[in-house]
Amino acid sequence: MFRNFPSVSALATVALMAACGTAFADQPYPWQIDLQPAASAVAEQVREFNYLISVIIVAISVFVLVLMAYIAWRFNAKRNPVPSKRAHNTVLEVLWTALPVLILVVIAVPSLKLLYVMDRNPAAEMTIKAVGHQWYWSYEYPDHDDFTFDSIMVPDDQLQPGQPRLLAVDNEVVLPIETDVRILVTSDDVIHSWAVPSFGIKTDAVPGRVNETWVRIRREGTYYGQCSELCGVNHGYMPIAVRAVSRQAFDEWTAAAKEKFARADGGGTRVAGRTATTTAR
Amino acid sequence: MYIVLSIVSALIGGGMSWIIRLELAEPGIQFIQDPQLYNVMVTAHGLIMVFFVVMPGLIGGFGNWFVPLMIGAPDMAFPRMNNISFWLLAAALCLLVTAGLTGTGPGTGWTFYPPLSNSTFHSGPAVDFGILSLHLAGASSILGAINFITTILNMRAPGMTMHRMPLFVWSMLVTAFLLLLAVPVLAGALTMLLTDRNFGTTFFAPEGGGDPVLWQHLFWFFGHPEVYIMIIPAFGIISQVVSTFSKKPVFGYLGMAYAMVAIGFIGFVVWAHHMYTVGLDVNTRAYFVLATMIIAVPTGIKIFSWLATMWGGSIEFKTPMLFATGFIALFVVGGVTGVVLANAGLDVQLQDTYYVIAHFHYVLSVAAVFALTTGFYYWIGKMSGRQYPETLGKIHFWLTFVGVNVLFFPQHFLGVAGMPRRIPDYPDAFAGWNMISSIGALITALGTLLFLFIVWRTMAAGKAAEPNPWGVGATTLEWSVPSPAPFHTHEELPRVSAQPAE
Repeated sequence: MFRNFPSVSALATVALMAACGTAFADQPYPWQIDLQPAASAVAEQVREFNYLISVIIVAISVFVLVLMAYIAWRFNAKRNPVPSKRAHNTVLEVLWTALPVLILVVIAVPSLKLLYVMDRNPAAEMTIKAVGHQWYWSYEYPDHDDFTFDSIMVPDDQLQPGQPRLLAVDNEVVLPIETDVRILVTSDDVIHSWAVPSFGIKTDAVPGRVNETWVRIRREGTYYGQCSELCGVNHGYMPIAVRAVSRQAFDEWTAAAKEKFARADGGGTRVAGRTATTTAR
Repeated sequence: MYIVLSIVSALIGGGMSWIIRLELAEPGIQFIQDPQLYNVMVTAHGLIMVFFVVMPGLIGGFGNWFVPLMIGAPDMAFPRMNNISFWLLAAALCLLVTAGLTGTGPGTGWTFYPPLSNSTFHSGPAVDFGILSLHLAGASSILGAINFITTILNMRAPGMTMHRMPLFVWSMLVTAFLLLLAVPVLAGALTMLLTDRNFGTTFFAPEGGGDPVLWQHLFWFFGHPEVYIMIIPAFGIISQVVSTFSKKPVFGYLGMAYAMVAIGFIGFVVWAHHMYTVGLDVNTRAYFVLATMIIAVPTGIKIFSWLATMWGGSIEFKTPMLFATGFIALFVVGGVTGVVLANAGLDVQLQDTYYVIAHFHYVLSVAAVFALTTGFYYWIGKMSGRQYPETLGKIHFWLTFVGVNVLFFPQHFLGVAGMPRRIPDYPDAFAGWNMISSIGALITALGTLLFLFIVWRTMAAGKAAEPNPWGVGATTLEWSVPSPAPFHTHEELPRVSAQPAE
């Protein structure tokens, strides 16, 4: 049953494109009622699961509401002046306990499958680290000579044409497509949350902890997300922007970035053992 | 008194939400220039609605008034304890308002997550006032809970066995046990936060070997039972009202009673579904997914039993019944989105978005408040001796029902689209649904004004209420005494021979 859902999702996507013409934007679009278009296999599975469960809950809600409307009409005092006295029906009671259990099993199986798939990827090809601060993100590239930079929101009055308000940043995270990227998330002050809806990722940045998630981006583009844990005054003003590029463009970018940005460990010489720890992780 | 406090708090809390909605009506900052002020509003709105509207209204107000009436006791077991419980709550409300007005206020959200709530990021006494306020409110709840348990276990009239108690009494018993077990955990966590802030301990500070996630575990170990503390009394009220106006006994009485017990019990073992993104082990998350989904089963039993109670009945849609059916409808919508959120895989997309806001406003802001309103219309005659105006009550229902749906339904879409909660300004793409939501807030506010007028009208010019204005369906003991109920009811113990549900 679950296998059939890609076609449903394809249909829905077509309908969506027809409806608003802006599908495949990797940021929210007006009157959106669906998850953002997926840019990774995990996000695709999340979308499919969302369709499955949406169909189920709409069906349940409609069933109960229609039943209620029918009862309100049929058993109105005017239409049915003499109430029945029935207050038990064992078969019915067992039935409405057992049926929800079955429905829950139908939901639980794909749900758990999805949960384990998205958890982590032991075979990551590279690692980046996102660190939350009040109120911006900084990023480290430990596999590429450990350079680091801050990513700060572009204020409203400095927006370039085409940059989305409250989402655009000065330095985007650049990642290669078709590469398993491990993303480590932590914070150096309060709890933040690193979220990119198109990737199906939301991971809290907790001081004193390093959380791990991963992504394999399918197509080039710029993907936006917002901090998703209340982190103080400017919580609404620390967006996440990821630019996905081809592997070749990524190599060129890292070469330039090594020159442009400082090293995360601060020094020009590599601290002994750093590479070892990075690869061991 | 509890109900008056609840209505006053509702006006403060509701006023805040109205300001929040105005701010969010359009993209860009409208008139709350300081985002901290916005955060304080969000925090205070949450705390006031939870601790000072729903809890005192349902538990303090209706519980203290009708539990003794329904079980045939003259009053609660410890009237003086009840008194101090109320005044603690009043003091707590004052402290909370003080917190909001001190310095820059507590901009932490009602969950007080450290490190944001510790002394580095919220210096100044505002958060301390907030913590003390919750301490007092918690003490008040614990005293109230002891009072309920004692009353219900010891002061039932002869013949009123446990399995003959009205479901509202059952709901209060379950709620009281939840309070007694959950609130001390909150009190402990709050005390730890207080010492972290003021005495240099580091329970929640990683630099001293603590862990901010510990706070979240403790908070939600309280916080999840807390949501059932707010909704189970609502179940009780709805059961009474549905049975009364269908002129039928409650369908599956035992199933209904034990469904509440089950919900209360499972409510204690699902807390980490509020924390799917904090970095829990994947097996832990899998457990919490399953445990959380199981709650849907007893909840489903309740919904279907209400429908079965109405089935075959002779239903009179007076105002309380309208609100009760409205409750069931909205609770179903809020309930199924709860099942969605239970799935950790999908919740990653929805955690901390407006989807969550929509979900808990459907079950709390809408369903629990509908239950409060149901209780008000159902019992106001018994409490004040005067009946409400029926037509105005019905208009109030339709205004509110349409208003809350326009207000909260679009928030599901915002959440799925990824709009984070607790932000004063949002990317322009979210503008459309936010506008509609704010229009819904306007309709709901009109409904609230009408409700105030109805309260005034009832008190000033309401018709005198008979002992039992609802007819044959109202079988519980409170309808056997005059309206308003005398000071010490049931001075001669009533004898109960039949189950009220039969």
